[in-house]
Amino acid sequence: MANPSYRELTFNGLWKNNPALVQLLGLCPLLGVSNSTVNALGLGLATALVLTCSNLAVSLVRGVVNTAVRLPAFVMIIAALTTCIELLMQAFTYELYQILGIFIPLITTNCVILGRADGFAAKHNPALASFDGLMMGFGFCLVLVVLGGLRELFGTGALFANMHLLFGPVAADWQVTVFPEYKGFLLAILPPGAFLVLGLLIALKNRVDESLAERAKARQPQVPVQSRRVRVTGVIE
Amino acid sequence: MLPEISRSMLKNSLVLGLFAVATVGVVSLIQQSTAARIERSAHEAQIRVLGEILPAGSYDNHLLDNSIELHDPLLGSKAPQPAYIALKEGKPTAIILQATAPDGYSGAIRLLVGIQADGRLAGVRVLSHRETPGLGDRIELAKSPWMHGFEGKSLTNPGEAGWAVKKDRGEFDQFAGATITPRAVVKAVHKALQFFDAHKAELFAEVNPNG
Repeated sequence: MANPSYRELTFNGLWKNNPALVQLLGLCPLLGVSNSTVNALGLGLATALVLTCSNLAVSLVRGVVNTAVRLPAFVMIIAALTTCIELLMQAFTYELYQILGIFIPLITTNCVILGRADGFAAKHNPALASFDGLMMGFGFCLVLVVLGGLRELFGTGALFANMHLLFGPVAADWQVTVFPEYKGFLLAILPPGAFLVLGLLIALKNRVDESLAERAKARQPQVPVQSRRVRVTGVIE
Repeated sequence: MLPEISRSMLKNSLVLGLFAVATVGVVSLIQQSTAARIERSAHEAQIRVLGEILPAGSYDNHLLDNSIELHDPLLGSKAPQPAYIALKEGKPTAIILQATAPDGYSGAIRLLVGIQADGRLAGVRVLSHRETPGLGDRIELAKSPWMHGFEGKSLTNPGEAGWAVKKDRGEFDQFAGATITPRAVVKAVHKALQFFDAHKAELFAEVNPNG
């Protein structure tokens, strides 16, 4: 298999093959924790970290594991990494750990991670594999944060509340009240809001892709219309 | 010589076994190195919550060192729940009871109720709840100052009839769209006060100032 370039990998992870917007993988945490920016960012970063490390580890052992036992072996790697991240979050961001709760151990079952391990990392060298993990994780995290930000904004009228849970006391006053005296829009915070906003984001991405394709088409040099010889029926005398 | 299939089975199980050993090794290594830090974080988080309830300077002990386990129907839970006694110069000044409101809109609401030695409420906080976001979650201080309404209240202020939400002719506000949540919280706080009133002497007698 031809090795993709780093540029292709970046574009794939962040846009063209984005795990959340195109592959629609890992929706459970995506919808579950995206009710505020800080939750989304916390889980997004944790997922990206697990994805990068697991891609690296899977790529390193790809010669040792044969196809019959590769899935249990990969799952073991992913579960171990997730447990490590969970312990680290518990140690350093305890309150965020309490908020995210069950969604941290559930990173293990995020299909993006096993999908990339089996679909990409097991066939490529460690450098490419970890870069792919980083970009896929980053793409996932990006969508999660945008979703969290939009839901927080629509739902509460403010952005970046409680960022100190992730960044410590420095971030205590990062909250931005965008709409003062906002009454709150409950639907955005509740689970259906997650589906609606995600749907809108996917629609937006498709629209952007469409108009990009149209523009690319328009930019292609027009083939000049050649003067055609008219076939004349009948007999010329 | 083993047949082909047995050999590959043996090899695969060895590989998987090695993986299990290696991954468990990594996890236990990380666990070892973070255990102390995790315990400290949990401890700090709890102290922060407890410290918010009582006014600073009203006690000089470590609240977590003077904790007891309580078990009483008035506190709303069948399982024993911790309580923390605040001391100043060895004398009890307040107690923080963990109480449960079993009749929240979607399950139990766990509360911390801080009561001063004279029976007035120092403060009430939610430990955990599953109330509807945007409606019932105004019992969180981050969302609404409603919880501050308990401060300074006691069994005699308001009296028996006043310990209810306004809809039930009591003293406490309910939220628009959510009456069940504040009703459950008011009831649980009232019961915690009754519990304290009935057991004050034994609660404070259990304190070992050196503990």
